Parts: sequence; structure tokens; C-alpha cells
Amino acid sequence: MSEPGVSEFTAMSVSEDDSAAEGMALESRGQWANVLHRFLHNGQAMTGLVTFLLLLVVSLIYTMLHPTAYSALSLDVNAAPSKAHIFGTNSIGIDMLAQILKGVLADVQVAILVAAMAVMIGTLIGAMAGYYGGKVDNLLMRFVDLILVIPVLVVLVLLAHIVAQKANNWLWLAIIIGSLSWTYVARLVRAEFLSLRERDFVEASRALGASDWRIISRHMIPNAVGPIIVNATITIAGAIVLESTLSYLGLGIQPPSVSLGLLIEQGQNSATTEYWLFVYPAAFLLLLIVSVFFVGDGLRSALDPRQNRVRS
Amino acid sequence: MTTYILRRLAIGVGVLLLASVLVFTLVAESGNPLGPLLANPLTPQSTIRLKILALHLNDPLWQRYWIWFSHVIRGDFGVSNNGLGVGHQLQIHMFVTLRMVILSTVLSIFLAISVGLISALRNGTVVDRGVSVVNFVFLSVPVFVVGLVLKTFVAVPIDQHFNRVVLATAGEQNPLATGNFFQRLPDYASHTILPTLTLVLATYASWAIYQRSTLLDVMNSDYVRLARAKGISPRRVLLRHILRNALIPVTTVIALDFAGILGGAVITETVYGWNGLGRFFLDGVNNLDVNVTLAYLMLTAVIVILFNLMADIAYGFLDPRIRYGKR
Repeated sequence: MSEPGVSEFTAMSVSEDDSAAEGMALESRGQWANVLHRFLHNGQAMTGLVTFLLLLVVSLIYTMLHPTAYSALSLDVNAAPSKAHIFGTNSIGIDMLAQILKGVLADVQVAILVAAMAVMIGTLIGAMAGYYGGKVDNLLMRFVDLILVIPVLVVLVLLAHIVAQKANNWLWLAIIIGSLSWTYVARLVRAEFLSLRERDFVEASRALGASDWRIISRHMIPNAVGPIIVNATITIAGAIVLESTLSYLGLGIQPPSVSLGLLIEQGQNSATTEYWLFVYPAAFLLLLIVSVFFVGDGLRSALDPRQNRVRS
Repeated sequence: MTTYILRRLAIGVGVLLLASVLVFTLVAESGNPLGPLLANPLTPQSTIRLKILALHLNDPLWQRYWIWFSHVIRGDFGVSNNGLGVGHQLQIHMFVTLRMVILSTVLSIFLAISVGLISALRNGTVVDRGVSVVNFVFLSVPVFVVGLVLKTFVAVPIDQHFNRVVLATAGEQNPLATGNFFQRLPDYASHTILPTLTLVLATYASWAIYQRSTLLDVMNSDYVRLARAKGISPRRVLLRHILRNALIPVTTVIALDFAGILGGAVITETVYGWNGLGRFFLDGVNNLDVNVTLAYLMLTAVIVILFNLMADIAYGFLDPRIRYGKR
């Protein structure tokens, strides 16, 4: 009677007389509601999101309740995990749980700042390159090439050496990592803009006399926001990796502050004898990065379901 | 084609020069390389003065850069802060690092393509899901964590089981080993296995994921469906149609990723205590040694630019659409 494709109009018009048709009504959702629906039903993505939020909330609450626990020396030196210290203590008696949670917070802090910087700079540069094209595009892309030619780690080592002795070291760290992480976003936004530029609504806006800036900010950027969000999430994960690598090399967050990379570096030599000094920081670092990656991948699938097609 | 290559090379040289200026400024202005010397109250003034003259520390920045530049043009990379020739040191360390980097790149390529192929062919099954999760984990793990985990949980138990050093974890060779190359080969092997494995596991994942999605795109494409519809056997379709098209994009990704591999090599060398380029560079940075840092930078930049160029040229050759595009 009511075919599946006939949708709500039929249901609406005959619903008063024919209640059997009510069950066949199709609702249309908005674009973003669709994305949200796909994301929420992606098991892997939700696992990542829940894990990440759990880590974040637990760290925040713990460090708010015990703000000095991460540097509180005690006499319980090198204690194995026990009831009093769930993850044991390190060689000067500091509780590992406090250090790990504080380290998680420090890493997330740096990473979110990095992602914010990368998105802002990258979107700006990519938008200008993609919208104006020609010489501007060429110049900006040469600039991007300059940054990409040297391995990121090499430049970071150089810059981190300079900022290592400053106060508020994590802020400087975030700035230097952020100033090198915007290239992927820039390339992405440029590609999106190059294709969006040819669309009718852009031409219409220009015909109506809208300024360049208005077109870019009000019309084109909102249409490119999907891939930007995905890239921002992946930048967060990448920033955590870079920051922990720098801390491992001794050029990142300095003692007495903690970072997961620093904890791993301090625990690496006792990994066989006092395993808790190495295993737990490493496990938490892994959990953090993998959960952010899962969220990023879930966002990518939610925004672009074409890629999920199963081979027939 | 030749004009394209020449133009890319010219741009590459320009980028190289600009990068050298930036890095020189960064290193030269970031502190006083004589710090440790000055901190020692027993150092005679004459030593300090001689050192300042030798390192040209009193000259203006542009003059110091010009001194470095004019020497490099002639192939002389200068002398490091402790008096040894940089070019010579670079050669020694390069040999150590390159054997790990080249080996791991080759193994990574094989691993990534095989893993991508397996998960694409078994798309949707448990194998695919499991492999994807494993890929993700290795994609997200930092290099040093892989290295340390391998050191602690693979090398130590195996060595304890065999009661002798099977997998060495410190250094790139036993300095006391004697004999010719083939007699020392087991020693080289035991020192090289773990670092190579670390680098392979750290780099294969993104290539495998990319290869899998490329393969899936090709497998779902019209011409492959036509081939299957025509009745061509799955194996022949795979070899002659799918692989030929699907292996091309990943080669460019691999070539472009080489910069990342060099960065990963630096960390792997730190974890396993190798005397390679990574250690050379880190020591140079810590000593604020301009010659060492710039030499390392020039080397990596040249390698990266060359690989990018090779990737472009290779892509032009491999993809007939680009080759015949102008007609």
C-alpha cells in the first residue's frame, strides 16, 4: 500500500484515517544530525570518545582534589603497586598515580592548544591560497614546502632546546609544535576551497557584491568544516606524540613538571626491575593517543560515509 | 620533462638556502657554545680567546653565515666544536644510520603492502577488523614507546631464555668483535634486529591503512567489475588489474614520508644507544654547534628534496594518464 519511498507526505495526509501508514513515515534529519547519528552508532568511535573523556575527567578531578600530590615526596621509595599507591611510587617516593594523571592533563593541555593554533593558522593560509589561487597560492605553497622539507622532529629539537629553560615551558612547547603542525590543515583547506570556489553559491554571492572576506568566512569555511574537524582531532593525537617524544629526549616539559614522556624516560631503565615505573605511564600514553585516533577516525567515517562501502 | 625536473631542483636549492639561513640564525643566536668552558673557573683566558677566534663568535651574524656558506660550497663542512672534521664524522655516522634506515624502509614497504592487501581482500571480516585495530595502535604509538617495549618485553625474556645475548639492545656493534665482515655479520644482525623492527612497526601502519583504502577503491571500480563480469579469474584480475593500479599511489606516499622516517631514526638511535646521525645531531644541538647542526640539516633536507622529486617523477612514469596527458 504505502511504498517505502513515498514517505511522510502520504503518512501525514492519511494518518488520521489509516494508522497502518504511520509506521512507514520517514523523517528527514538535518545534515549535522545525520553526522551525529552516524558517529554515535560507531562502536569504535564511541569507545574512543568515552575513554578520552573518562581520562580527562578523572585527571581533572584528581588534580583538583590533590593539587600537590604529583610532587609530594614520601618515604615510600620504589614501592610496588599496593592499596596505598595504586600504581606504586617512584625513586623519590612520589605517587605514580598522581604523576600519571597530572601528566595526562599536561599532555592534553598542550595538544589542545596545538590543535587550536594549527586549525586557525592552517585554515587562514589554506583559505587564502585556495580562494585567490595564482601567485598567492604559489607563494603560500612554497612556504608550506619549506616547512615540510625539514623533518618536523629536527626543527622541534632545535626550537625546544631554546624554550626548555623558560618558565611556563608548556605554553612555549605548544606554540612551537603548533607553528609546525598547521601544514596538513592548510593543504586540506586549500584543496576544499579550490573545488568550492567553482560552486554556484560562491558565484552568486560574488554577483550580489559580497566582499571576499565575507564569502570566505560566511560561505566557504562552513562548507569545509567537516574535514577540518577530522584533521584537528588527528592533530591533537599527533601533538601528544610529538610532545611526549620531546619530553623523552629531555627537551620537552622539564622537571618538576610532569609529562607522560618524561615519566617514561625516567622509568625506562628500571623497566625490568620496577615495571610500574614504565608500564603504567606507557599504557596511559597509549590509551590517550589511541582513543583520540579512534574519535578522529569515527568523525571521518561519520562525515564521509562513502568510504565505508563494503565490497560486494 | 627535463625542464620540470630542473625547475623543481632549482626550487629545492632555493628552499635549502632559506632553510640554512633560518637554522643558522636559530642555532647561533640561541646561546653561547662556550658555556661549559666559561663555567669552569680554571680555564685560562687564552684558551677562551682562542676558542672565540676559532669559532668566529665575535663576528656579526651575516659574516659567520657567509664563512660557513663559502666553505660548504667548496665541500668543506667545517670543524665541530671539539675540533674534529664534520664531513668525516658525517660519513661515519651516516653509514651506521643508513643501514638501519634502508633496511627498515624496505621491510616496512613489504609489510605495509602485504597487510593492506590482506585486509582489503578480507574486507568486512574479523581479520580485517583485527588488522585495522592493530594498524591503528601502531599508528598512534610513539616510536620510543615501541622501542622501549621491544627492549623490555622481547629482548630481555629471549636473552634470559637462551642465557646469552641473542638480541643486543645497546650500540650498533660490539666494539671488540674481530674478523672480516662475514664473521661479524651475526654480531651486526643481533644489534640491528630490534632497532629495525622498531622503525618498521612505527612506520608501516599509515602506509598499510592508505594501501588498504586504495585497494578498496580500485576493487570497487568499474573496470575491475567489468573484468570480473567478463569471467576473468580472481587471481588474474588481482595481478593484472587491481595491483597495477593500486600500488602506484602508495609509492608516492612512501617517498614523501621519508622525512618522517629520518626523524624516527633519531629517536630509535637514542633508545638503542646507536652512534648514528641522530646522536650526532642531538649532541650538536646540546653543544650549540653550528657546523654540526647545519651539516645534519643540509643532509636531511637534500635527502628529502631528492625523494620528493623521485616521487614526482616516479608517479609520472607509473601513471600512464600523466605520461600521455598532454596529447
